[in-house]
Amino acid sequence: MEKAEKKETLKDKAVRLKLSTEQLIDMYRTMQLIRQFELMADKLYALGKVHGTMHLSAGQEAVAVGISRATRLDDYLINHHRGHGHFISKKADINLMMAEFLGKEAGYCKGRGGSMHIADFSSNNLGANGIVGGGIPHSLGVGLAIQMQNKEQICISIFGDGASNEGVFHETLNMAALWKLPVLYICENNKYGMSMDIERVSAKLPIAQRAEGYGIPWYYIDGNDLLTVYETTRDAVAKIRSGEGPVFIETQTYRHFGHSKSDRNLYRTKEEIENWKTTKDPIRLFGNQLNESGLLSLEDAERIEQEALSIIEAAVVFAESSPDPDPSTVMEYVYA
Amino acid sequence: MQNRPPTQILPQLWSMYMPEITYLEAIRAALWEEMKRDERVFIIGEDIGRYGGAFGVTHGMLDEFGEKRIIETPISEPSIIGAAVGAALLGMRPIAEIMFMDFTLLTLDQIGNQAAKMHFMFGGKATVPMVVRMPGGSGAGAAAQHSQSLETLLMHLPGLKVVTPSTPYDAKGLLLTAIRDPNPVCFIEHKMLYKTKGEVPEGEYTIPFGVADIKRPGTDLTIVSNGIMIHKSIAVANRLAQEGIEVEIIDPRTMVPLDTKTIIDSVTKTGKLLVVHEACETAGWAGEIMAVVSSSRAFDYLDAPMRRLTGKNIPIPYNRILERAAVPQEEDIEREIRAILKGEY
Repeated sequence: MEKAEKKETLKDKAVRLKLSTEQLIDMYRTMQLIRQFELMADKLYALGKVHGTMHLSAGQEAVAVGISRATRLDDYLINHHRGHGHFISKKADINLMMAEFLGKEAGYCKGRGGSMHIADFSSNNLGANGIVGGGIPHSLGVGLAIQMQNKEQICISIFGDGASNEGVFHETLNMAALWKLPVLYICENNKYGMSMDIERVSAKLPIAQRAEGYGIPWYYIDGNDLLTVYETTRDAVAKIRSGEGPVFIETQTYRHFGHSKSDRNLYRTKEEIENWKTTKDPIRLFGNQLNESGLLSLEDAERIEQEALSIIEAAVVFAESSPDPDPSTVMEYVYA
Repeated sequence: MQNRPPTQILPQLWSMYMPEITYLEAIRAALWEEMKRDERVFIIGEDIGRYGGAFGVTHGMLDEFGEKRIIETPISEPSIIGAAVGAALLGMRPIAEIMFMDFTLLTLDQIGNQAAKMHFMFGGKATVPMVVRMPGGSGAGAAAQHSQSLETLLMHLPGLKVVTPSTPYDAKGLLLTAIRDPNPVCFIEHKMLYKTKGEVPEGEYTIPFGVADIKRPGTDLTIVSNGIMIHKSIAVANRLAQEGIEVEIIDPRTMVPLDTKTIIDSVTKTGKLLVVHEACETAGWAGEIMAVVSSSRAFDYLDAPMRRLTGKNIPIPYNRILERAAVPQEEDIEREIRAILKGEY
């Protein structure tokens, strides 16, 4: 696949996809922002500043950015637990995300949700889910509501490889296809469900071919190649918006960090992790392409990285200076 | 009963305003009227269209409202509830029908981890206005997987409201409140009550949640019960009244939120408490009622140990005699009342 892609230069591709240099740089900048957020999250944890757990998406940035730039900002998003990148791509407020991560009242969920439950209903970000596959069937209701309310948006339902072996995955694909719901299903395959290699728990791969059984068009793509994610998503979304029903995209990617804070990487080799980091890192790949095409100098790349870090550092200052929720409010929000 | 219109009118006129309809018809009336009134309301579930649902509750609604609002699904209970959650998040008012309450166990992630928690874990920014209707209870010979009373399980999940109507009047008024409530509501219908009749006014009326109904006033002993056990308790109380024993019967109607005040007031008055429920005994909600009473001012007024009469800690058996023996019957209730009054426990 990579060889086939290399026949077309980045510039050619950008012209074909009608992406301006500005848009390409914005994509790069957003990937850097996600990366810096995740690196900072890891650092804050190491410093003992994080109360709970976290699921970092470093290494998977191209999936988040490629999808978000090929969809509308007001499309509905249903997210998995490794969701920081998707929210940042959807232009979430970094300060409010960081405040939520640190459990502060100023956070998106007033410190009640934490890393695993960031949501922003004002931007149609319907939240991350702590139950693997738990959000998948919500796409049915969102899709039905979009139809009933004659909305123009679509629903983007994102889940990991592990979720594809949950019962609701199959139930939902069946109903979504049956009812031609406007839903884009993204299986963000980062190879491991906690420690379990998807190859050890799935009878047939790729996961995406399961969609065939439900009559849903599917794609299995390189999730670390930003413009492949962008183009595939763009084409899928066009189909969905024209009323043809759901489309399924599996993006093959890899997480650099462990599953969560308890992960000691006992199930994968250092060589494997290093290989993905050095040869398939989505930011490095896209950065190199931009550089080779003369669209981004090394100095500019460095500057963008520094700017991203500054935004994240400012968010940490904001979050750390925000108050904790008042214990007297502990009973709030149980019922509307 | 509370929340009823005044009754000082001619009987002939009364019957015009308060026709006797069945519990099933009362539920259908609530669904029908609210769907007419609010286009955000739709019903989703298995066999709810031409078939009318396993018990016939939605019979005729497909013709009236069409398949866009009477949405028939594959046999995929978790995703039926999940679909309701998603639609509720976008401001719709979904009503999911789970064919038998037992199948709710298939859906516990969607009910317990998703619907119940979203408002809270998203800091109050999401609301999940949905109703899950579920027929429960034994007596139909449906055996272990189609006869359970699982309200305690749902009561234990903060974020859910749990409703157990015992009469047609309550069923309609509570269901309208449930549909309009901004939270997920588990609406538990007792399948053996579907054909029971009662007076129900035509048109709109709602019954607030968290307001118990004193189904029968009395002075000698308080029974707290719900669902079909209300009717068994009333039958026993009416018999005992001929001997001058006056039993007060309290129907919480909504298990969550629970009207503790009415219960505490009653026990303060009678000094004796018997909790009767069909659900299994261990960790059943009788224990909750007793805890409420024993940690309240009513404790000082107790003249006897609080007692509970519940379903046995067994799956519901198929055989008619065994099935009957598995849950409280009128003779059991009568025996318990007499034992408490005589101090024989």
